[in-house]
Amino acid sequence: MTAAEPLITLETVSKRFTRKLDVAERVARGFGARIQEQTVHAVDRVNLTVHKGEVVGLVGESGCGKSTLGRIVAGLHKPSEGRFLYKGVPVEQLQRRDAAHLALAIQMIFQDPMASLNPRLKAGQIIGEAVGAHKLVPRAEQKDYVAQMMQRVGLDPDYRARYPHQFSGGQRQRIGIARALAVKPEMLVCDESVAALDVSIQAQVLNLFMELQQDFGLTYLFISHDLGVVEHLSDRVVIMYLGRVVEQAPTAELFAAPNHPYTQALLEDVPRLEAGKRRFHPIKGEIPSPMDPPPGCHFHPRCPHAFDRCRVEQPALEEIAPGHFSACHLNSTPRPEQS
Amino acid sequence: MSEPILQVDRLQTHFETHSRPVKAVDGVNFTVRAGEILGLVGESGSGKSVTGFSIMGLVDHPGRVVGGSIRFDGQELVGLAGEQLRRYRGRRISMIFQDPMMTLNPVLRIDTQMVETLQAHQDISREAALERCRESLKMVGISAPEARLRNYPHQLSGGMRQRVAIAIALLNDPELIIADEPTTALDVTIQSQILAEVQRLVEQKGVAMILITHDLSVVAGLADRIAVMYAGRIVEQGPSDEIISAPRHPYTSGLIASVPSRNQRHQRLRQIPGMTPSMTHLPEGCPFHPRCPKAQDLCRSEPEDTWEGPRSWRCHFPVGKDESIWS
Repeated sequence: MTAAEPLITLETVSKRFTRKLDVAERVARGFGARIQEQTVHAVDRVNLTVHKGEVVGLVGESGCGKSTLGRIVAGLHKPSEGRFLYKGVPVEQLQRRDAAHLALAIQMIFQDPMASLNPRLKAGQIIGEAVGAHKLVPRAEQKDYVAQMMQRVGLDPDYRARYPHQFSGGQRQRIGIARALAVKPEMLVCDESVAALDVSIQAQVLNLFMELQQDFGLTYLFISHDLGVVEHLSDRVVIMYLGRVVEQAPTAELFAAPNHPYTQALLEDVPRLEAGKRRFHPIKGEIPSPMDPPPGCHFHPRCPHAFDRCRVEQPALEEIAPGHFSACHLNSTPRPEQS
Repeated sequence: MSEPILQVDRLQTHFETHSRPVKAVDGVNFTVRAGEILGLVGESGSGKSVTGFSIMGLVDHPGRVVGGSIRFDGQELVGLAGEQLRRYRGRRISMIFQDPMMTLNPVLRIDTQMVETLQAHQDISREAALERCRESLKMVGISAPEARLRNYPHQLSGGMRQRVAIAIALLNDPELIIADEPTTALDVTIQSQILAEVQRLVEQKGVAMILITHDLSVVAGLADRIAVMYAGRIVEQGPSDEIISAPRHPYTSGLIASVPSRNQRHQRLRQIPGMTPSMTHLPEGCPFHPRCPKAQDLCRSEPEDTWEGPRSWRCHFPVGKDESIWS
């Protein structure tokens, strides 16, 4: 799997969101009030390569920038800095035809299917809309094509005339998947796509994702806060904290030998379906605001091993074992005694 | 074993609709003892929250408790209203909600809200009340209670708000706390902090707790006993370890089987077919039978609870030991 060619590559990609000052604030500033524009570094110099046919899990807590990164990959956000390469070619250098192809090649599946489906369109129209707009199949065959897509994701084609509100949560998510599949994508970005589903339905949708990967050779960027789901599906896992990648490794290795203290804490804290009372050993502190991240290593205020260097210097993401990257000063400094 | 502090017996809470009533809770039996955590687990629409609301007397029109009894410390709660109900609700029984913004008033400072909670139930001076508030905030792991008391809810993070909500629930030293999805909206590391506090509080104060959740793995390590709900009924209950390691109801077994677990990466997950039934059109008999691999003709008649020691299940064909029914 690792020998495959890279499908997408992000090179030191950053995304900043700035809230512009409103009129009142600009006037106040004119009179000398100290009001600054607020900037969020949602994604901070991230490198990421996803190979063809690979399933990459992207894990992090709220505000870590995982959704923003997913949207950059899906082409919904332009990065503020850095390059986005599709099959080795920077996207701004793509020929018009290739750029149009890329727009369809990476599709996104959202968390809340009710919010991402137009409530005024019927299921068949939702699935067929992009197909028609891009003339992917001849008009006469479109009805059959939509039926075929619905069948593929486990929906009865007879339901094509129903509106989204007439479906259950799991079925709506299937409509979202069928809509993405209908444009024959190479890659799906799934942003918390099973988080809103009941446990028994979640397993059905995860199975569907795995079948589709086999059948169509799809590549996935699977964004989730649920480590159990990510462990099950992914070949490789990327952990983010406050806009930065802190650790990245093949799935088995990451779960067997987590290196970064944050990853270790996450794995420790995940509720597991195991018999027997457990003792919780939570890490202390809150997730800092991405508007005002701590200096140095973003994790140092909560880290049980933090020492002076962590407070001033940002650790680089370094390879600590083949394919296993971690951004922690402990890897380059002997562990201090008191920890 | 002490006497149960709460006994719920054949509880029925129905909602009137244009056509026929929705039987959100339909014949639910369980008990909770002091110092015990009962995990009430179910998917959306299973009636787990309505069960909690029924105990708190929070079910509003068109909903109504139409049958059964809820006995708290020997006192029947069904039918209580006004001043009588207030002697229990908020004082001896309190509730924690999924969204702390539902508990907290956004336009009042934390101290105002906490003092109000105390003074509504006890004759206590503002000074003494504030002291109790500080203690309560410390108890849930808030390190600077003085500063937090002067904050408004929007100035606190999600995890901090939930801690404040728990501190408010603890103020009047309740004997029973009903926690409805208290950690669902929180991040993993924050969830773990809150669960650790909950575990410590129950042990230290000997309070009884009903922990309502959709997530079996949250209650697996925390609850003493688990009750699994499906379509308004408790289909199985018993000690947590036994439920997790040897479920008897096919639905429980399916829920456990469908959770991704270690060492089976990339393999197909076992899944329960079909979807959760609509409460307005429940299948006849056992409501799970259309999705159940063990279903037979008999399942078109409603099964009774079968009790065996501390465990019970409501199924004609319970899952045997080491039997694997899901593929």
